Amino acid sequence: MPIGWSEKLKRNGFGWSLVLPSLLFLALFTYYPMLKSVWLSLHEKNLAVSEPLFVGFDNYVQLLKDPVFRQVFGNNIVFAVGTVPLSIVLAFLMALFADKAIKGRGLARLAFFYPNMIPMIAVANIWLFLYTPHFGLFAKLAAWIADQPVNLLGSPDTVMGALVFMMVWKEAGYFMIFYLAGMQQIPKDLYEAAAVSGLGTAASIRRITVPLTMPTTLFVSVVAITNAFKLVDHLWIMTKGGPNNSSNLLLYYIYDTTFNFYDQGMAAAMTVIMIVLLLLVSSLQFLRWDRKIHYE
Amino acid sequence: MDKPIKMPLLLNRNARKSGEDRLVSSKARAKRRAQQAFWHGIGFGFAALWIIPILWVARTAFMPKEAGISSTWSWAWTFDNLVRVWHAAPFGQFLWNTVIVCGGVLAVQLVTLTLAAYAFARVRFAGRDLVFLLFLLQIMIPPDILIFSNYQVLSEFGLLNTKVGIMLPYFASAFGVFLLRQAFKQLPYELEEAALVEGASRLRILSRIYVPLSRPIYVSFAIVSVSFHWNDFLWPLIVTNSVDNRLLTVGLAMFAKSTESGAQWTDVSAATLIVSAPLMIGFLLFQRKVIGSFMHSGIKG
Repeated sequence: MPIGWSEKLKRNGFGWSLVLPSLLFLALFTYYPMLKSVWLSLHEKNLAVSEPLFVGFDNYVQLLKDPVFRQVFGNNIVFAVGTVPLSIVLAFLMALFADKAIKGRGLARLAFFYPNMIPMIAVANIWLFLYTPHFGLFAKLAAWIADQPVNLLGSPDTVMGALVFMMVWKEAGYFMIFYLAGMQQIPKDLYEAAAVSGLGTAASIRRITVPLTMPTTLFVSVVAITNAFKLVDHLWIMTKGGPNNSSNLLLYYIYDTTFNFYDQGMAAAMTVIMIVLLLLVSSLQFLRWDRKIHYE
Repeated sequence: MDKPIKMPLLLNRNARKSGEDRLVSSKARAKRRAQQAFWHGIGFGFAALWIIPILWVARTAFMPKEAGISSTWSWAWTFDNLVRVWHAAPFGQFLWNTVIVCGGVLAVQLVTLTLAAYAFARVRFAGRDLVFLLFLLQIMIPPDILIFSNYQVLSEFGLLNTKVGIMLPYFASAFGVFLLRQAFKQLPYELEEAALVEGASRLRILSRIYVPLSRPIYVSFAIVSVSFHWNDFLWPLIVTNSVDNRLLTVGLAMFAKSTESGAQWTDVSAATLIVSAPLMIGFLLFQRKVIGSFMHSGIKG
């Protein structure tokens, strides 16, 4: 039976009025800011030029030439390459351990997950303390290994490693719970069958657990990469991006450029680069490559 | 999930009990035990490693100032640091602000996401797929990334340095919408049809059937949302510039920066503990529910 016009109109109006409140806030704080960033990135606007002046792609060209931006961008890649695989592998191993029916696994789960409940800024305080020369536990440990006082956060060679270590500590337990969920969905029969065919524990993990948790791995990878670009709170407390920009990350540099150097055109251009980057990363997931990975 | 299961392997399952037990000699069993003990050792070793940072800070927070500077171990402890720090900065005000912001964000979110989730789950309207994609965009580009432009939007509205200003960008949650939409879709449609026949309006159906039946999902969302906003830092930092509107994380950061020297670590540790304690206590009390909620947050819509 064909539905009448008024009926259709009513239903459409109803649907739209339900999504409208959300859409309004999304428009104000997601779509408009994105478009505004794109627009402003094509203009010069800073302390010297208060009215936006159209300069085309000049800001982008400047960025490519800017050694600090190149360094910060490189740092962010290093930070992602350092944190993402390590925290994913650790999360997988943690889940394997916490999933087994042994005594104390609840406790282990708790120990691995609790850093996720601590504010990033508090985490930064804790680790700044742990890394403080003469006082901090890890600083003492590093000094003992190197046989001389070490300032882990004060040297360009070690600062990135120290921050990666902290980030893995904070994140791995969060990713672990997704692996726990994934592993609980694997039928136990599979492992029993594998044992019968003489497959050892290591082999059955490699041939059953790893492939069947591939969708989880993909999801966690996207979250982890996004986090590597999104989480910069700790820099404010620990290093301010130093020494000599060696620990500076993209979002923190945007913050610095906006609120300390007041260069809005540049900040906008960097925001746009960030947006494009994140769109690329998350398209990995939304293109549903996970389905293909699954049947590999 | 169904394809990789190999049927022939499943059939073999019954053969296991009879054959294998005899094959496993006592020697092999001992080797297995040793291996297992080895892996348990490593696992619990890691767990212990993970707890060290919080223990270290908790220990320092209760340490008398003199003991904090000296390098020899002492068993002395005191509440002085916590009391002094609580009065040294307006942490009570910060705590209140944080509660208001977290509560305010959640309250508005619950309304906006209930309406939108119902529309996506049960109302067929023109352009629904397009709007769905637009919502997806917020998940890919979270507001955290857009601090620079959102700051400008907020200043155009004249809402800088207000609590509403901190909350506004988070009033719509695409993540929450997808989570709830999934829950709504799983409820049997017959419930709604029956209510429609009896003349109930759709908004009434939403509030009387859908919302109460999805309570666990609401709780999950609330836990994830509150812990996110409790821990958020950079956005509240740039929006606020007075004590009246600062949140706990911002207050903590300012406090830590103002006492930057080795001798003050007892104070900074105490402040860190104060700021982290509310969520940590909640987590320890309801750990199953909390972990389960974060688990939900990864299930795709």
